[in-house]
Amino acid sequence: MTAQIRIHDIPGGIHPPENKAQSTTRGVEQPPLPARLILPLLQHIGVPAEPVVKVGDHVLKGQLLATAQGRFSCALHAPTSGTIAEIGPAPYPHVSGLHEPAIVLDSDGEDRWVELEPIADYRALDHVTLVEKLAAAGISGMGGAGFPTATKLLSRPDHRIETLIINGAECEPYITADDMTMRHYPAQVVTGIEILMHVLTPEQVLIGIEDNKPEAIAAMREAAQHNPTIRVVPIPTKYPSGGEKQLIQILTGREVPSGGLPADIGVLCQNTGTALAVHDAVMLGRPLISRVVTLTGGALERPTNVQALIGTPISELLAFAGLQRERLHRLVLGGPMMGFTVDPQAPIIKTSNCLLAATEQELPTPPPALPCIRCGLCAEACPAQLLPQQLHWFALGKDYPQLQRYNLFDCIECGACAYVCPSSIPLVQYFRAGKGEIRAIEQQHTKAEQSRVRYEQRLERLQREAEQRERDRQARAEKAARAKAAREAREAQEQQTGAATEPDLARVKARIPTLSPEQKQLKIAAATARMALQKAQKQLNANPDNSDLQAQVVQLEQAHAEAQQAFEQATSQEDT
Amino acid sequence: MAMAPISPPHAMGSNRTRTIMLQVLGATLPGVALLTWFFGWGTLINILLASCFALVIEALILHLRKRPVMFFLNDGSALVTAWLLALALPPYSPWWLVLVATGFAMVFGKHLYGGLGQNPFNPAMLGYAVVLVSFPVEMTSWPVWRGIEELQPALTPTLGLLEGLQRVFIPGSLPADGWATATALDVVRNNSALTMAELRATEPALGGMAGRAWEWVSLAWLAGGLFLLYKRIYSWHAPVGMLGALALMSLLFWNGDGSASNGSPLFHLLGGATMLGAFFIVTDPVSSATSPRGRLVFGAGVGVLVYVIRVWGNYPDAVAFAVLLMNLCAPTIDYYTAPRTYGHARATRGMGKGQSERH
Repeated sequence: MTAQIRIHDIPGGIHPPENKAQSTTRGVEQPPLPARLILPLLQHIGVPAEPVVKVGDHVLKGQLLATAQGRFSCALHAPTSGTIAEIGPAPYPHVSGLHEPAIVLDSDGEDRWVELEPIADYRALDHVTLVEKLAAAGISGMGGAGFPTATKLLSRPDHRIETLIINGAECEPYITADDMTMRHYPAQVVTGIEILMHVLTPEQVLIGIEDNKPEAIAAMREAAQHNPTIRVVPIPTKYPSGGEKQLIQILTGREVPSGGLPADIGVLCQNTGTALAVHDAVMLGRPLISRVVTLTGGALERPTNVQALIGTPISELLAFAGLQRERLHRLVLGGPMMGFTVDPQAPIIKTSNCLLAATEQELPTPPPALPCIRCGLCAEACPAQLLPQQLHWFALGKDYPQLQRYNLFDCIECGACAYVCPSSIPLVQYFRAGKGEIRAIEQQHTKAEQSRVRYEQRLERLQREAEQRERDRQARAEKAARAKAAREAREAQEQQTGAATEPDLARVKARIPTLSPEQKQLKIAAATARMALQKAQKQLNANPDNSDLQAQVVQLEQAHAEAQQAFEQATSQEDT
Repeated sequence: MAMAPISPPHAMGSNRTRTIMLQVLGATLPGVALLTWFFGWGTLINILLASCFALVIEALILHLRKRPVMFFLNDGSALVTAWLLALALPPYSPWWLVLVATGFAMVFGKHLYGGLGQNPFNPAMLGYAVVLVSFPVEMTSWPVWRGIEELQPALTPTLGLLEGLQRVFIPGSLPADGWATATALDVVRNNSALTMAELRATEPALGGMAGRAWEWVSLAWLAGGLFLLYKRIYSWHAPVGMLGALALMSLLFWNGDGSASNGSPLFHLLGGATMLGAFFIVTDPVSSATSPRGRLVFGAGVGVLVYVIRVWGNYPDAVAFAVLLMNLCAPTIDYYTAPRTYGHARATRGMGKGQSERH
């Protein structure tokens, strides 16, 4: 063993009653095979998987049911053999109780495996092939958030991972799934870690386990004995030490930059359950189709841990643990700090680590909230060093800029503030609502910004078109002017050289009679005389009795006739 | 199985506002006991009167504001205001003085701002300040304590219950002389001719350090405060800030034992309402700053102001004014003392006007 790992303290934190002992006495049990499994297409963070089977298809255990859609998605496999009964909306473990698209599988009771392809020596494979194998096995983080593991392993290819942290802290009360995983499958977990090490080549691997799990610490130490790079580090029991950012701080003393990823500081975290799934995928060739789930709470006769198939309805697991319906007050998926209330018809999914069937004594209905007295206990408990009382104040007033200035988005929603609040204010609820509203506003802003850009681009385009039209017009005008100038030049030339020498011009002249200057003058004189005559006639028509006008008209008629005659003579001379 | 969806966390700690308030009340008991021993029934009568007035007024206003009366009466905050005010007022204060102070504290100090949690000023100190500037005679006559008659036969402490009730309810019915005197703080502030040793000889009120009886009562407040610190009702920041700043100021401006002495650090720490202020007044979370660092600054500000007003101001004691002035500054202090959040290189400080980050 090399130098002792220094444990760093995290600010804040709380010590709620642990309530872990009751579910660790029976090992990891195997519940009966459910008759019907509900397999939601979205069991991870990201895009739902796309079904590749049809209703009525018979599938084998471990067979691919739905493929991942891009990097932020996860494949889904059949947890047992049977027939696809439905593909469509089905109960989903979410606080809203809304149904989500799922594949419903009726078990045929045979539990027959598809042919598996274990990898004999993973060390012979390069890391891309291994990561592809993990992606094909449909593994997503099993600690709670459900981030697709393959994507996480490749999240920052330009960053070197110096420290791989295996999260076995399991700080939340009641939950013992990771504890039991480490106690019962330590060798497999360590192999899974070694596979991850082969992919990431970290300098050190730290397995952080809260010191209230001495059995798990001992089991992991023994299993990891042969590998000096892997170190099991017991950490003080304090909620929320198992939060990814908090565990990194405890084990390395460093903080993940706000808005960044652990990879930014050369750290990557994986859950112990994920390590076990990695082992199964590579060493056994098994996709992720089951997981360890804690069944606990005062409403259960025999609280325990089970290796449950993904998609098992919650009600069947509760029945297996001896649910006493009349004692059940609140059914929580997850722990009492960050879990959410669920409908028992919903199935467990890849991220479900605990079912807490609590009695009224365990999780009493919260009393009505009193006004905040700014006692500051929440600020003392906050592991992110926020000021929850101020955030609450701004959330009440919907002061979004101040909420962001007070770093609302660095809140990890651990619930420590609400736990210690003497006024029973549901602080986390306010913060979630605030985050949701700010996100909605930002979306609106993005949309408005896009519309603005589109509008400005349209204006620009219209202006460009107008300018183009103007340029075209000018070009045409110039061209016309040039043509006119050329024509005039030609005409001038023609005058000098005569029509005969220019056959083209002669043709034109044949159509448009050209006149000599004298003829023109005569024509103009004739036209002028005609116009004067017409004008006089008009006036005479208006005043038929005006003798002056009558005389004038006669004169003008004469003048016109003379001018016309002169002109005609001139042109006829020319033509002949 | 119809179960309401409830937002996490589902588990709740056992801490309640009411418990906090009751523990604060409990922590005053040693001080109350000593006050009663030294000054007779006056303190208890004050407490009883103020509590009744406060509860009745609170109930009335809650009713007017159409708020659930019993729900809020039960939180114990009105009682805490009443007790702290009653402890600050001189024992045997006339009943109307208690009524004016309590009424002002509850109506103007608390409910006009929106009730529990909304008041920018410490209600008890607001009530106290109003009667201090309005009725200086009543407010500066502190009864003499048990045992003074052996030093100064002209003075007799009021120790009987009947006599006490008479002073409270029929003010002026008993001789005005010989039962009350100036406090030690007054004596030192008004002194300009005598050295401290001479003053001590002529004025038995001065006692060993900061006024006989006062020293003991102060130590009792200190004990109560240490209990509350141990119970984690509040953090150490505000009391330490106040006591530290006051000690530093009195050390810096201490002119020794001469006639121009401003009083020793011990005299200031154990005299007047210093300890009551440090452990029961500046620790009021509602009107104080929020973050631990902010509370340290808040407390230190009170400490400095207390010294300035005591030594160079016109009032013998200064906790009320100092606290009210710092209450005004608390929001600003909050803006400049926010802690650094996880994952951020620096803390976001300042008012944040005109520098919004996302919008």
